[in-house]
Amino acid sequence: MKPARFRYLRAASVNDALQALAENPDAQILAGGQSLIAMMNLRLVKPACLIDINRISNIGYIDEDGDGVAIGALARHNDVKHSPLIRERCPLLTEAYESIAHHTVRNRGTLGGNLCHADPSSETPAVMVATGATLMLQSLRGQREVGAEDFFLGTYETARRQDEMLTEIRLPGRRTDGWAFAEISNRHGDFAIAVIATTLRIEDGRCEAARVVASGVGEHAARLEPAEEALIGGPIDDARLDAAAAAAAGAVDPHSDSHADAAYRRDAIAALTRRTVRRAAARCD
Amino acid sequence: MTTQLIGEPVERREDARLLTGRARFIDDIHLPEMLHAAVLRSPHAKARFTRIDASAALALPGVHAVITHEDLGSANAPMPLLNEDPGFIYPRTHQALAPGQVRFVGEAVALVVADSRYLAEDALDLIEVDYVPEPAAVDLAAAAQPGAPLVHDDTESNVACRTADNTGDIESAFAAADFVLREELRPERGAAQPMETRGVVARYDASLEQLTIWDTTQAPVSARGVIADKLGMAEAAVTVIAPDVGGGFGVKIYLVYPEEVLVPFAARMLDRPVKWIEDRREHFIGSNHERLMVHRIEVAATKDGRILGIKDHFLYDSGAYCPYGPINAQCAQAILPGPYKIPAVHSTYEAVYTNTPTVSPYRGAGQPHGNFVTETAMNHVACALGLDAAEIRRRNLVRPEDCPWDSGRIFQGNTPFIHRDSDYPAQLAKALDALDYEGVKRSQPAEREQGIFRGAGIAFFVEGTGISPYEGVEVRVEPTGHVHVTTGYPSQGQGHHTTLAQVVAETLAVAPEQVVVESGRSDRFAWGVGTFASRSAVVGGSAALGAAKAVRARALDLASDELEVAPEDLVLEDGAVHVKGAPQMAVTLGALAYAANPINTLTSGAEPGLRAADYYRSPDGAIASGVHGAVVVVDVATGMVEIETYVVVHDCGVMINPTIVEGQILGGTAQGIGGAFYEKLRFDDDGQPLVTTFMDYLIPTAMEIPSIEIHHMESRCSLNPLGVKGVGEGGAIPAAAAFAGAVEDALEPFGATVRAVPLDPPAILALIEGRAES
Amino acid sequence: MERETISVTVNGRAYERAVEPRRLLSDFLREDLRLTGTHVGCEHGVCGSCTVMMDGVTARSCLTFAVMADGAEIETIEGLGSVEAMHPVQQAFWEKHGLQCGFCTPGMLMTAVELLKANPDPSVDDIRDAISGNLCRCTGYQTIVESIQYAAKLMREDGP
Repeated sequence: MKPARFRYLRAASVNDALQALAENPDAQILAGGQSLIAMMNLRLVKPACLIDINRISNIGYIDEDGDGVAIGALARHNDVKHSPLIRERCPLLTEAYESIAHHTVRNRGTLGGNLCHADPSSETPAVMVATGATLMLQSLRGQREVGAEDFFLGTYETARRQDEMLTEIRLPGRRTDGWAFAEISNRHGDFAIAVIATTLRIEDGRCEAARVVASGVGEHAARLEPAEEALIGGPIDDARLDAAAAAAAGAVDPHSDSHADAAYRRDAIAALTRRTVRRAAARCD
Repeated sequence: MTTQLIGEPVERREDARLLTGRARFIDDIHLPEMLHAAVLRSPHAKARFTRIDASAALALPGVHAVITHEDLGSANAPMPLLNEDPGFIYPRTHQALAPGQVRFVGEAVALVVADSRYLAEDALDLIEVDYVPEPAAVDLAAAAQPGAPLVHDDTESNVACRTADNTGDIESAFAAADFVLREELRPERGAAQPMETRGVVARYDASLEQLTIWDTTQAPVSARGVIADKLGMAEAAVTVIAPDVGGGFGVKIYLVYPEEVLVPFAARMLDRPVKWIEDRREHFIGSNHERLMVHRIEVAATKDGRILGIKDHFLYDSGAYCPYGPINAQCAQAILPGPYKIPAVHSTYEAVYTNTPTVSPYRGAGQPHGNFVTETAMNHVACALGLDAAEIRRRNLVRPEDCPWDSGRIFQGNTPFIHRDSDYPAQLAKALDALDYEGVKRSQPAEREQGIFRGAGIAFFVEGTGISPYEGVEVRVEPTGHVHVTTGYPSQGQGHHTTLAQVVAETLAVAPEQVVVESGRSDRFAWGVGTFASRSAVVGGSAALGAAKAVRARALDLASDELEVAPEDLVLEDGAVHVKGAPQMAVTLGALAYAANPINTLTSGAEPGLRAADYYRSPDGAIASGVHGAVVVVDVATGMVEIETYVVVHDCGVMINPTIVEGQILGGTAQGIGGAFYEKLRFDDDGQPLVTTFMDYLIPTAMEIPSIEIHHMESRCSLNPLGVKGVGEGGAIPAAAAFAGAVEDALEPFGATVRAVPLDPPAILALIEGRAES
Repeated sequence: MERETISVTVNGRAYERAVEPRRLLSDFLREDLRLTGTHVGCEHGVCGSCTVMMDGVTARSCLTFAVMADGAEIETIEGLGSVEAMHPVQQAFWEKHGLQCGFCTPGMLMTAVELLKANPDPSVDDIRDAISGNLCRCTGYQTIVESIQYAAKLMREDGP
């Protein structure tokens, strides 16, 4: 299990990387490498050219951005996981990190790389969609913003164009939303069999807004709108929980693989929806 | 003073090198001019081919050779059949390289040798083979049916072997039954997966016509014989060395894997050292598997829970070849009655070829399967009769006063399975107490009201250990006073060098640091079988004891001459022979070894050297036993299981080193937990493996394995001089059955019945919803 | 063949070597520098046997190209302690039987060292979580957990 040959380019700046991307249409960006290099070792992918962005300084930041947070492209998972700013402003992400990978992998792996990799059973895309994050894509042609909901298009497929680099992830402020993350995986730290990330807003005992986002049960992380609709418009009581759980299970069309069959995934989505909604409701201010 | 060492938790002498990065595993061997090999493996479960086009690969700079079956000649003759079976219909063994036909995804088709492994893998991508795929037999039950695609074209059926073992009057047993349980039980396919994969390094010295092979084998002496035969060389010209080996668990003994012939062949052909290190994906398809069986069992019982008879017909997935014989099936069959007095047991297995990797033993060798079947059936009979799972066991156990109790079964190596030297009722009582079994049961009604589903399960195991044929150990005292111990069987982490040193040092009254142990080199000790079947302490340990005792007797004889005192007036203490009552009159072992040099002994006509070799075979083997108990809580919405308590009550006889014993139990149990909940190999309908990485094959981590509580019941084995019973595999055997029982108990309100392992969350949820039936 | 020249400090010693960009750090350490204490168990980042310290934190050397380590400070098992002068973590693994075959051990030790640097008094749960990225097939982890607890105690007692 050794990778095939590739050309290696080391970018010293974002502009350097964008230039290299423009000049090498067969190139791929190498960030933490924790998924990419594994796939290269297995020769599942054989990129002709890698652009190493690890030497670009000042893109590993986690900064205040209005009442939200801006995360640079090279912020490592462990930096995000342990960031007090993120714990305060996007605790859903902090909670999700309890289930993400293992310490050593998080030392190197980056949130940006994880999002661009777009593994269908990855946890972070669900959090991005649930919180309404915005992804900043840059190329020599300019910069554009893509909402997380529009970013994930399929298995290992995103809205990022070949010459673009994800330079920043913007998480909105928490406001008064309740939040909860839950996942089922066979072992701690594994990719998920099923994930639900939920955010809720409850005013005067009435659920005013809800996002119920699933991962691991489709080609990409996606909102389960029927479940959201089942929650909005009244108190989070047993009837609404039951309805949302049933709606969530009905809204997914999961696959079967060696970890779980489709029927199980649907049951798991129902159970996780119930649990996250209950927890999120309890956390609403 | 003679220091007692047997039974002491002495620190392992192996560890200092391993802890500081100074060990030498197979991949740590670097030889000058060494080349690197990679194996081209079949991408089809069944296919024919006529042409291998390696021209593009050979054109790649740095590629030295692409070896195919046509290059091998007689080296490609079929591998030996290691175990006969009375029921063999079609024994078929593998060849080093597939000669025009492949029978599983992963079968070796060619060997590439290049300057680096990177280049060798580049070359693999360039080799073209004109495969014509054929229908494959993949599903075990379907493969056993008439008309299934044949794995071997020269057979009329995929049933390789059909063997019955019948004890007692089964008709009467079933005629007298108040209740008969009938069901199908299915332990799934898994694999040993040691953290170090396999590897072979070979160097041919043309000037001496000597071949040296470093090999991760569990049986270097036996491997030498096969490799020498295949390469047409004298055994004396071939040395096989097992270096530090990173775990074996059965998968590293196969006499031999293709690479064990191919790599030395390439080294001799190219006159360059060649290294091949299996990568993890190869290990999933190029090394052997274990586990899958389908048992159709019938159990006859009286209404008060006495088991009168068992009928079992089971299919055993042999994979593509059967060079080991159906050894796993033999072992599963032998232990079917477990520790119970069952008057009649009739069983038949059919070993079935499938187009999947070959199956050979993994820790327990079929015993985890047989144990799962019997122990789970006991639970189901209890449930049907309204009895407690512990109570039904209590009513059927072989009791100390019944012993020796001949179960009538024959274990691996033609060993009769006779219960003795164990107290099964006491083991059960200890396990129930440690588990707070009654407490768990008492709390259940109230907990279930609150939606908490907690349950307790227990499973016995009896394990055949210490099997034939033999091992040998030589003990030689050097003039320096060091004691040199050599043996043929190697270690893969079991700590043999420590335990052998304990046995020899205690017997010779020397400090253990004075003992130098060498194992696993065919040039240091010419005879031996291998490390497997929990046999090293029983067979090798007893041989070491015998050899050390002979050396002690010889030392006393020599000292008697030297000191002119009768041997009965001498005593061996602190590395020297003393005159009783006159400790200043002494001669050290080193001095005696010097005195025994041929230069001195030839004139006297005595045997030279202060040395002795002993060989031990254990005709009746030994039986280790115990009870595992688990308390689990099942999340009925997700099927996730939390293990709250896990206890092991274990009797492996005398413990040479309790720390090492506990390590074996803990590690074995962790593997058992893997098989119970996590580990499963799967194939699609065409025989493509779906699990070829650690992302898909779920070896439990420190988050999954609970703390395990061990209780020793140390009753001396009467069958060997050390009184040991073997401990390598026991931990791995009963875990699946214990968890099956605990999960069923937790889910009793749902009427859940476990009939297969592993119990992953989907399987558990299916039990609750009854989806497993559909 | 395209090669890049890299400078790497390993266990305090500076090395300069030309490597193919695709060369994995694990192979660079083991084959080019002959530091074979770091083991390779899966080459896809799951087993943790190849764990080394890179610029003060653990890294999977099989998921790192050697070129990415240009300018880095690497620490491997060979730099942790010697037979004569073991690191407390090594000593603890020895005394508490934290290893059997020893193959996963170097990676396990590097992970333990990192944990104890950040958390001198870890709970059992902390330890289990920290080593959950390192597979061991021999021990069932229990004695490893005990070894790390004991190492923490040794280090606290030895500490300033």
